[in-house]
Amino acid sequence: MKILVCISNVPDTTTRVKFIEDNRKLDTNGIQWVINPWDELSLTRALELKDNAANQIQSVSVIHVGLPTSEPTIRKALAIGADDAIRINAEGIDAYFVAAQIAQAIKNEAFDLILCGIESSDYNGSSVGGMLSEFLGLPSISAVSGIEFKDGQALVNREIDGGKEIVTSPTPFVAIVQKGIAKEPRIAAMRGIMMARTKAIKVVEPANIEPLTELVNFEMPKARATCKFIDPDNARQLVELLLNEAKVI
Amino acid sequence: MSVLVYTENWDGKFKKLSFELVTYGSKLAEMLNSSLVILSIGQVDKSELEKLGKYGAKKIINANNDQLKVLDNQAYANIISDIAQKEGAKVIVLSNNNSGKALAPRLSVKLNAGIASGITRLPSGTDPFIVYKKAFSGNAFVNLKIKSDIKILTLAQNSFELFENAQTPTIEDLAVQVDNSSVKTKVLKVQKQTGKILLTDAEIVVSGGRGMKSSENWGPLVELATLLDAATACSRPVSDEGWRSHDEHTGQTGKIIAPNLYFAIGISGATQHLAGVSSSKYIVAINTDKDAPIFEAAQYGIVGDAMKVLPKIIEAVKELKHK
Repeated sequence: MKILVCISNVPDTTTRVKFIEDNRKLDTNGIQWVINPWDELSLTRALELKDNAANQIQSVSVIHVGLPTSEPTIRKALAIGADDAIRINAEGIDAYFVAAQIAQAIKNEAFDLILCGIESSDYNGSSVGGMLSEFLGLPSISAVSGIEFKDGQALVNREIDGGKEIVTSPTPFVAIVQKGIAKEPRIAAMRGIMMARTKAIKVVEPANIEPLTELVNFEMPKARATCKFIDPDNARQLVELLLNEAKVI
Repeated sequence: MSVLVYTENWDGKFKKLSFELVTYGSKLAEMLNSSLVILSIGQVDKSELEKLGKYGAKKIINANNDQLKVLDNQAYANIISDIAQKEGAKVIVLSNNNSGKALAPRLSVKLNAGIASGITRLPSGTDPFIVYKKAFSGNAFVNLKIKSDIKILTLAQNSFELFENAQTPTIEDLAVQVDNSSVKTKVLKVQKQTGKILLTDAEIVVSGGRGMKSSENWGPLVELATLLDAATACSRPVSDEGWRSHDEHTGQTGKIIAPNLYFAIGISGATQHLAGVSSSKYIVAINTDKDAPIFEAAQYGIVGDAMKVLPKIIEAVKELKHK
């Protein structure tokens, strides 16, 4: 079986985002770039599945739409344990563009399982996984919090209101994953980092695809009113405020 | 030309978010000078469908087929897409919940329609069509133009106020054709906990963090939650430690919620946690550390020991609210 993990390159969560050029562009100065957290967990799970010889997983590949500046993040994925990588040489303009590029790049490959994080922490679009599934004509399972194989059958935990379903689908399919898919992201060990330098990153030029959305500009959140502090010995006042001022209880 | 709203049902029943979607669709249809069509899929009684009329539904398509008891993303997306095309839908509105996130992107590719997900307001303009949404996990906002002829919007839960606009809806029953072999997703088992208030539906949430020191100290939080009809939640370290179950974890990689009121008790307010709760209308923080970042996000705060402060709050709630 061959697994593909889609990875996105995002600013680390603690980044204080700033915008330039009349608020039309992200100021990339000083940003620490990381693998999108959900994608990192997807990759971890793919590698855990591969570690189990019974699953007969040949390889775990990663794919990314991004410019050469993304390479360190792709190398990190290889260092964690991915076998090979594909980078489509284009800026990820919108989700539709990204999904279409990935679909085009892998159309002659035969992946049995494709993992996508539910959303990327930069634009929170929650779209690439579902769009990719539709471009490829494959079934998709969303809200996936666990995946394993038993006797060749995929067993997938799908979150529903108040619980979960254990669901199956024939391969190939796309799993769109969220919390629970792996407990913690796998860390790149020294050996992995060294081996990553020799693993292949195949670079492909992008197909001619028109994005369907356009970012007009960014806005910063409105400054929050300063917190109203209540004396801990007079906690009752809080309840009065919530009742009469905020009117939320 | 129409606005098509897909309303999911839960065992044949709608929820508050269903009415939010209808309200939104109704106002959007007005803005675009087009008609409003509501689509429901699955077994839903006429009396339940009629509830949508209260929020402006005039035409409801009640689609069903035995094969549709369980969500299969391809099968559902095919149905919504077919109906969108039949009804000449220019905008399709879904929720930004699990099923909306599963279906909207598939629809986008089927219909060549750009998506804006997790929106909280009506578009700021219709030509060009521009919507406002969160970015960078809530640390910024973006104005996004959808360039395609057909547009898809997913609405964030509890972000759009209900608006009554009572109509008597016409209900069109539609027995959809579903090819058995096209339904690939099969449910083998369901594990559900009933009776507990769903975190994503709750209007008030009482949440605890590592500052609570141990799972044994949760009594007052649970008591406060019960008094307020609230759901309980926790920060990531708390669920990682096993003090509370994983489905209570709110944060960037846990649940993202937007209640009317969020109590952050013994929670420092790390960026990853705030990413999950920053859309709350009001945040109350209780923490012994006056410099905890949570106080920058909260509207009301108490610097103090939760174990001493909570009993006083509980007493006050009993007295002031339940008299």
